[in-house]
Amino acid sequence: MTSVRTPVIGGLQQAALPRRAVAGLAAAVVAVTALLFSVTDLQGTAGFVVVATLLHLAAQTVLSRVVEGPRRAADRLVTTAVVAAFLLALAPLVSVLLYTLQNGLERFDWDFFYRSLRSIGARDAGGGANHAIVGTLQQVGLATLMSVPLGLLVAVYVVEYGRGRLAATIRFFVDVMTGIPSIVAGLFVLSFWILGLGFGYSGFAAALALTVLMLPVIVRSAEEMLKLVPNDLREASLALGVPRWKTVVRIVLPTALPGIVTGVMLAVARVMGETAPVLLTAFGAASIVRTPFDGPQSSLPLFIYQEAASPQQTAIDRAWTAALTLILVIMVLNLLARLITRRSKIGR
Amino acid sequence: MAKRIESIGLDAYYGAFKAIEDVNVVIEPKTITALIGPSGCGKSTFLRTLNRMHEVVPGARVTGRLLLDDEDVYGPGVDATGVRRTIGMVFQRPNPFPTMSIYDNVAAGLRLNGVKGKKVLDEAVERSLKGANLWNEVKDRLPKPGAGLSGGQQQRLCIARAIAVEPQVLLMDEPCSALDPISTLAIEDLMTELKDRFTIVIVTHNMQQAARVSDRTGFFTIEATGEPGRLVEIDDTQKIFTNPGEKRTEDYITGRFG
Ligand SMILES: Nc1ncnc2c1ncn2[C@@H]1O[C@H](COP(=O)(O)OP(=O)(O)OP(=O)(O)O)[C@@H](O)[C@H]1O
Ligand SMILES: [Mg+2]
Repeated sequence: MTSVRTPVIGGLQQAALPRRAVAGLAAAVVAVTALLFSVTDLQGTAGFVVVATLLHLAAQTVLSRVVEGPRRAADRLVTTAVVAAFLLALAPLVSVLLYTLQNGLERFDWDFFYRSLRSIGARDAGGGANHAIVGTLQQVGLATLMSVPLGLLVAVYVVEYGRGRLAATIRFFVDVMTGIPSIVAGLFVLSFWILGLGFGYSGFAAALALTVLMLPVIVRSAEEMLKLVPNDLREASLALGVPRWKTVVRIVLPTALPGIVTGVMLAVARVMGETAPVLLTAFGAASIVRTPFDGPQSSLPLFIYQEAASPQQTAIDRAWTAALTLILVIMVLNLLARLITRRSKIGR
Repeated sequence: MAKRIESIGLDAYYGAFKAIEDVNVVIEPKTITALIGPSGCGKSTFLRTLNRMHEVVPGARVTGRLLLDDEDVYGPGVDATGVRRTIGMVFQRPNPFPTMSIYDNVAAGLRLNGVKGKKVLDEAVERSLKGANLWNEVKDRLPKPGAGLSGGQQQRLCIARAIAVEPQVLLMDEPCSALDPISTLAIEDLMTELKDRFTIVIVTHNMQQAARVSDRTGFFTIEATGEPGRLVEIDDTQKIFTNPGEKRTEDYITGRFG
């Protein structure tokens, strides 16, 4: 090379929009949007946010293209769009949480957790959801007790032992089960267990319906987690002369445990909010039913459904608090599960 | 109590594909046998038939006879787990159990085979780690995860795990292929030490390694892709590397292969 080019802009260093310019642009866009909303027919908060976001995207792209070039402009466009989409996805989540908190705190008191709706009339204040909380915990607990061992066994069979047609058939039916609408699971237990075999409404019947719903979720997630365990580990264990079943129990399952627990928690969280199948199988009750084998029982979703349908503000307040309780229970269970799996791993 | 291995007309299949054909070998106790040959010629497959790890692959099977001393490894009523306990294996890639500590990794084979008692295990762990030349590096961090060691240390951990169950034969499939020269040397020294107690079979792509550590060397090759691999010859290492009986062996060793 004979002529040495002095690197101007376009060498390694590139022109970049300063942060302040982007912030200024955002402010300008908000101002313009406000102006638009005051002189035209446009109105509403959601509309404001949408218009401002789109304007900002457009203005920023143009500005960046002029100053920084097309590659950086595209980069900024996509980055901003991704952030906007993230915030959009977060908005309903956060607002549900805040709204529930705001409304649920009204009745978040001792009575609510200590008392049931026994001898609480349609217009009465007070009363609580103790019977519903007990019901939910018992029904979901029983369903977990039934579906986790069964689901794990199925997943272990399919991944570790299943070869050929039987495993493929099982996998197919598990997929089909995943798609069963929850009310159909309730109807199934209603017609088979309650009407067919004549056992009557009970928390246990609800647990059966929830088991039908949980099983495929647990099987699928456990299956995926078991497949993630490297084959090297199975071979290492087998090569030590460890029998296959022991390899599965002592090496494969512990390695996949955190993922399996997460899958179980997702399944638990999912069925904890189920209303329709519980309505069809546990039916609901106003007073505390201590065991799930003792006739109709309530549950939190059922409680919410029944109370929220009332025109009375006191009942609606109870429904909100029950909703808040449900969210809290699921959160606590999630945290516990995380703690347990973290504990089971060895510290460094 | 090292043992002698003899294979007679051994074939191994993956489904319908015949990976090795008619392998006849005698491996004497307390020797190191190196297996060399081009990629895909069936060295790993042969090694895995020796401790019945071959049949772990779905659809894989073995025909022919394989004698361990005078017992047929593939005879009726022979339990594969028992064979694997007698014939240990170290893999190409270090594969410590990720959920276990260093101590637990070494003790795993014993524990999973029902050995209990802290004292017995403590002794076995120390002896195996010393045997694998790893004790000094890890003796202060036994409760730490095995996956937190360096690659070379992990491989020696896997060797310790394999020798902890006191096998009589040790199979090693390219145990140094992921290691630096110093770890490689450590493992080669280790093999020479272990020779006093075990029969060792090692697969390697490294000619110098085969020449350095082994007493006997076997050369595998394939005629063409899709053909089964065959054992071309097996002889004293000295002879294979200076005056091989087959032209193909000489071409491979001198780098004139293919
Ligand atoms: N799990 C398997 N399923 C089907 N075919 C396999 C399997 N493992 C190996 N093979 C085939 O068997 C033949 C021998 O493979 P093998 O792994 O024994 O070769 P190798 O000599 O160990 O090669 P390398 O030196 O690359 O490790 C190859 O053609 C390979 O494609
Ligand atoms: Mg190989």
